[in-house]
Amino acid sequence: MAVLKTLGIETEFGIVHRGVAAPNPISASSLLINAYLSLRTDPGGGPGAPRVGWDFVDESPAADLRGFTPLEAMAPDIETHLVNAVLTNGARYYVDHAHPELSTPECADALSVVLQDRAAELILIESMAAANEFLPEGEELVVYKNNSDGKGNSYGCHENYLMDRATPFGRIVQHATTHFVTRQVFTGAGKVGCELPFRERNHIEFQLTQRADFFEAEVGLETTLKRPIINTRDEPHADPLRYRRLHVIVGDANLCEVATFLKMGTTAILLAMVEDDVLDPTVALADPVRALQAVSWDLNLSEPLGLTDGRSATALELQWGLLEAARKYLLERGTDAVGGVVADNVVDRWEQVLVSLERDPTELVGQVDWITKRHVVEGFKDRHGLAADDLRLAALDLQYHDLRPERSLFARMGAEVLVDPADAARATGYPPTDTRAFFRGRCLALWPDRIVAANWDSMVFDAGGEALRRVPMMEPSRGTQEHVGTLLETCGSVEELLDRLSA
Amino acid sequence: MAEREQRQRVGSDRSTEDPGTAEESTSPASTERSERLKGELDGLLDEIDEVLETNAEEFVKSYIQKGGE
Repeated sequence: MAVLKTLGIETEFGIVHRGVAAPNPISASSLLINAYLSLRTDPGGGPGAPRVGWDFVDESPAADLRGFTPLEAMAPDIETHLVNAVLTNGARYYVDHAHPELSTPECADALSVVLQDRAAELILIESMAAANEFLPEGEELVVYKNNSDGKGNSYGCHENYLMDRATPFGRIVQHATTHFVTRQVFTGAGKVGCELPFRERNHIEFQLTQRADFFEAEVGLETTLKRPIINTRDEPHADPLRYRRLHVIVGDANLCEVATFLKMGTTAILLAMVEDDVLDPTVALADPVRALQAVSWDLNLSEPLGLTDGRSATALELQWGLLEAARKYLLERGTDAVGGVVADNVVDRWEQVLVSLERDPTELVGQVDWITKRHVVEGFKDRHGLAADDLRLAALDLQYHDLRPERSLFARMGAEVLVDPADAARATGYPPTDTRAFFRGRCLALWPDRIVAANWDSMVFDAGGEALRRVPMMEPSRGTQEHVGTLLETCGSVEELLDRLSA
Repeated sequence: MAEREQRQRVGSDRSTEDPGTAEESTSPASTERSERLKGELDGLLDEIDEVLETNAEEFVKSYIQKGGE
């Protein structure tokens, strides 16, 4: 039986410190986040995101889902000395290597992720404004929600999905790979040019995704070298006997809400189908790494991809197959594990998008990022009669992702909105109500001075006694408003909360 | 032909020769939509000169992001 698909996104943002000769991205990222935190803790300055640090006790990013850690693998480092905060919406906001990164709180459906992803953008926008108050005249921090600098450097937008530990890993690899390669037709954020090693930047004019050029392996633990389509990091942040967390590193950061909605929603359903073993076992890509790039470079969406049994199919044909399986699956098994009514909306939208991709992709301007970006890049190129390698087109690409409202090209595209902007603003300080993020976020808002540290699966309270008290939260679907809302409302103190929790 | 049939089987049972698809691409609604899109794009392109970084070449060259993930 498929387990409840708790899901979320971690986004690393590009950052530029303008007006200085030798910018340092680590200090720029630290300034950005610290400025936001100080803004939020000012009296009357918002929902009071406290300076509660991240608790690293349960972090083990070198653990491998396959049950071993290959000797040659480059294990991700944990940088405990850099700024790392937990917010009152349950999110984690921190410096990762040389980027500001925000992990959304755990969500119970794809629409909730869209809301939290939009909230994350608002947090970064507020952070820029706050940081720029500290900077001298002529200097500015600018944040970009993209995944590539156009020079061969990439940074990630990682998705996370809770899965059943009992599902055979090989089955996940087979079907998730098919989906990750072919979903690019609607998840791609678009890119001017090519960054494949040993190719000229203008080897191709435009491609579907930011990330496909950077993937070299089918399966592996790395995230920065020899990037694999299936990442095997095994850190469930939940009961490890019941769950695994699929850490997906192959996607692009999306600006279009419809794209984020489909990226998360279709993948959650796909993984539930893998758990329940309903997918056609004969469909497997023969060369997934090559196929990933082939789909990203195929603006006509017509490239046949070879399968292991000698047949071939286009990305769209394989997506139609997955959609049909998903419809049948939801009809037979229900939508409980994959977000309820939201899952029905996902498959309806999934179908509409596939129809438009076949008929006329420009119908998806404002819904799919690569199509939206290409529309404006092509229009600009035609109007000014530019060559394909004109750097102004590369500049347009970057500015599509610029998060400053007055500079963002995306913001001017009139994209379709799925969540109310007022709800997104509220979600910068208020957690989802239907996962354990509710308990984390509300405790932080109610008792910021009494929480010593927090992480995904526990919180440490200072209850005034001799020892600190750790509250484990190993079940992501517990700690919801339904479970603890009344408890939190009626507890007058942390001591009372801890007493009642242990009673 | 043989390959076409095989590809059909892999993808789905659905017929790709969906009647109406051909007409729809030139239907009045579709033409109206593409005219509207073009009009909006023209307006947007008028604005882009204000938004686009003044020295695009320098901006693109200096946009370097090392370290991540």
